[in-house]
Amino acid sequence: MKQLMLGNKAVARGLYEAGCCFVSSYPGTPSTEITEEIAKYDEIYSEWAPNEKVAMESAFGACLSGVRSFCGMKHVGLNVAADPLYTMSYTGVNAGMVIGVADDAGMHSSQNEQDSRHHAIASKVPMLEPSDSQEAYEFAKLAYEISEEFDTPVLLKMCTRVAHSQSIVEPGERTVTKKPYEKNIAKYVMMPGNAKKRHPIVEERTARLTAYAETAPVNRVEMGGTKIGIITASTSYQYVKEVFGDSVSVLKLGMANPLPNKLILDFAAKVEKLIVVEELDPIIENHCKELGLKVSGKDVLPICDEFSQNLIAKALGGEAHEGRALDEQIPMRPPVMCSGCPHRGMFYILKKNKCTVLGDIGCYTLGAVAPLSAMEMTLCMGGSISALHGFNKAGGAENEGRTVAVIGDSTFMHSGMTGLANIAYNQSNSTVIILDNSITGMTGHQQNPTTGYNIKGDPAGKIDLEALCRAMGFNRVRVVDPYDLKAVDEAVKEELAAPEPSVIISRRPCALLKYVKHDPPLKVDPDKCIGCKSCMKIGCPSISIKDGKARVDSTLCVGCNVCTQLCPVGAIGAGNEGKEA
Amino acid sequence: METKNIMIVGVGGQGSLLASKMLGYLLLSEGYDVKVSEVHGMSQRGGSVVTYVRYGSKVASPVIDKGEADYIVSFELLEAARWLPFLKADGQIVTNIQQIDPMPVITGAAVYPDGLVDKLKTSGAKVDALDCVKLAEEAGSVKAVNLVLMGRLSHYFDLPEEAWMKALEANVPPKFLELNKKAFALGRDAV
Repeated sequence: MKQLMLGNKAVARGLYEAGCCFVSSYPGTPSTEITEEIAKYDEIYSEWAPNEKVAMESAFGACLSGVRSFCGMKHVGLNVAADPLYTMSYTGVNAGMVIGVADDAGMHSSQNEQDSRHHAIASKVPMLEPSDSQEAYEFAKLAYEISEEFDTPVLLKMCTRVAHSQSIVEPGERTVTKKPYEKNIAKYVMMPGNAKKRHPIVEERTARLTAYAETAPVNRVEMGGTKIGIITASTSYQYVKEVFGDSVSVLKLGMANPLPNKLILDFAAKVEKLIVVEELDPIIENHCKELGLKVSGKDVLPICDEFSQNLIAKALGGEAHEGRALDEQIPMRPPVMCSGCPHRGMFYILKKNKCTVLGDIGCYTLGAVAPLSAMEMTLCMGGSISALHGFNKAGGAENEGRTVAVIGDSTFMHSGMTGLANIAYNQSNSTVIILDNSITGMTGHQQNPTTGYNIKGDPAGKIDLEALCRAMGFNRVRVVDPYDLKAVDEAVKEELAAPEPSVIISRRPCALLKYVKHDPPLKVDPDKCIGCKSCMKIGCPSISIKDGKARVDSTLCVGCNVCTQLCPVGAIGAGNEGKEA
Repeated sequence: METKNIMIVGVGGQGSLLASKMLGYLLLSEGYDVKVSEVHGMSQRGGSVVTYVRYGSKVASPVIDKGEADYIVSFELLEAARWLPFLKADGQIVTNIQQIDPMPVITGAAVYPDGLVDKLKTSGAKVDALDCVKLAEEAGSVKAVNLVLMGRLSHYFDLPEEAWMKALEANVPPKFLELNKKAFALGRDAV
């Protein structure tokens, strides 16, 4: 039966029907829902791994043992997993293995805008690139066939608009095939002598895959008007069809790597003007140029940001729509930490103590946003702790006394631990703050090794952060409640002053977790409020100033009482004490 | 049939996801090709959020661009104004009059414009503005704002009431069904 399906859910359906039996992933927008949907199938073992490298290696082990496997990640996650990827290209697979990677053109929820097709080319691994949910579903199944036929892992590339759009899918049935595991040292032990023999096999495979790409049904020509011929892929194909319909001819490439040669040359020969429409980097365009074709692309279309139908219409002479706007400054509405967010109190104290804060990837990156503006660096997963070590080693006592790293529980397990090991080993006098909100927050509440629950919500192993830090050699490990500003202030001051490395665990569950019970909303007593705006320093979306007095929005406030501790006149109190503002 | 476009806009966390799920279900069961596009992740943390719903005989792009929306359904007044450039010349806005201050307004770096409903009308947009919070509370929960808006939107569609009810039933938990039905009716019949 036809269903409206999210692109990521369609991938999950395709994996399911293809008989996938093992999934290990690390959450990352816009890839997360593939694995969340997989977790709903009891026939498939699924898990959240601590990071993408572990996920990919686990999926590799599963395919080696003889079952079809999958790992999913966002574009930057593929950097973390690049190490196994590049060598799995040499070993090939036993049962099929598919790697889902989701790019984020437009950076809706990412720290960079890298194009993961480069990884496919550099690792010499084939990559499929769907343009809607039906293709996401079909390509996921096809990816296993290619994987097993060509003895290679296969990359399935999503992007935000394909991953997070729902379109119609017609699902089918699941069939499972398994393979026996056979010892094969020459194929699976990649030491120089063996790898040297595998590299030519990889090159020969790429040649066979290129031949496959010439006639593969996923690369299709849609002939229309021949004045313009457009080569396109992924969501860009949809924008091209939206603007031009059948008035132009289109070569729609479903296989991003390797690209066909003859197919492109034949298409180019049939049209007067050749244009490549692809988001981010000019990969198809450069390929066309290598084939000696005269082609337009990034000369008229941008490399930065995502496309849309109007953007393409304006660039290529189609009909762009115009709207109207108010003659009015519309204030921006950037994302903010939620009401009751446990990170807020910690950032307030760090700012108050004029700390230099090196940050990491998660909801708490919002600590960099006004009015807190308390974070000065964010690079990549785990980068805060390692950078703190370098910052302190380079700057000495002056840096050590005022600089901290902040990192979430999930990010710490992902790749913060190794940075912490470096501090313990090479002894910088660093203060690391683990913001333990007991969940992976930004990507929408996934479990991780510190929460005690697995992907299905069942009890699982639970890593004790305090014990882990102590085992690494930290003598100073202390836990604070970030709602208690006095305790946080003491902890930060004391640990920065301490003559040895320390870890502060700021522990309170995410305010959005279902099991978290909230106190009633707070109220401001307008007779007491002196309008000093002390409560405004924490950037809480529930608090505003109306007619010179603070006001708490009772539909948003969760009664965390952080603001109460800032009020010099005790004007903010529990709902039944204060008067209606 | 030419593709029709509905935008659902609001503030992250306001519950626009249910509205888009319901619309998707409704339009699919009416036999249309449908695409629904949303953004997950960071913007959901209190930022400005938008969902695109497109339907017709064959839908290509998953997103709606400037000057293309037949309807803008807004959970918050400032957001209706923010997304106005996406409305078609003869498009219809259905908006909650609730105002939620964004952080730049809270910190005093910006001002929440006043008289937005009139300004939207002066721009030539057709505007249907209603106090959805009040109606949702009347139905039994402030969380039912989304159903009030859906009820109001149904006003502009030539679709049978049963089709909307079926879509509603398929997308809300049974224990909140009556509450949501009431919210839908209050929105639909609001003057």
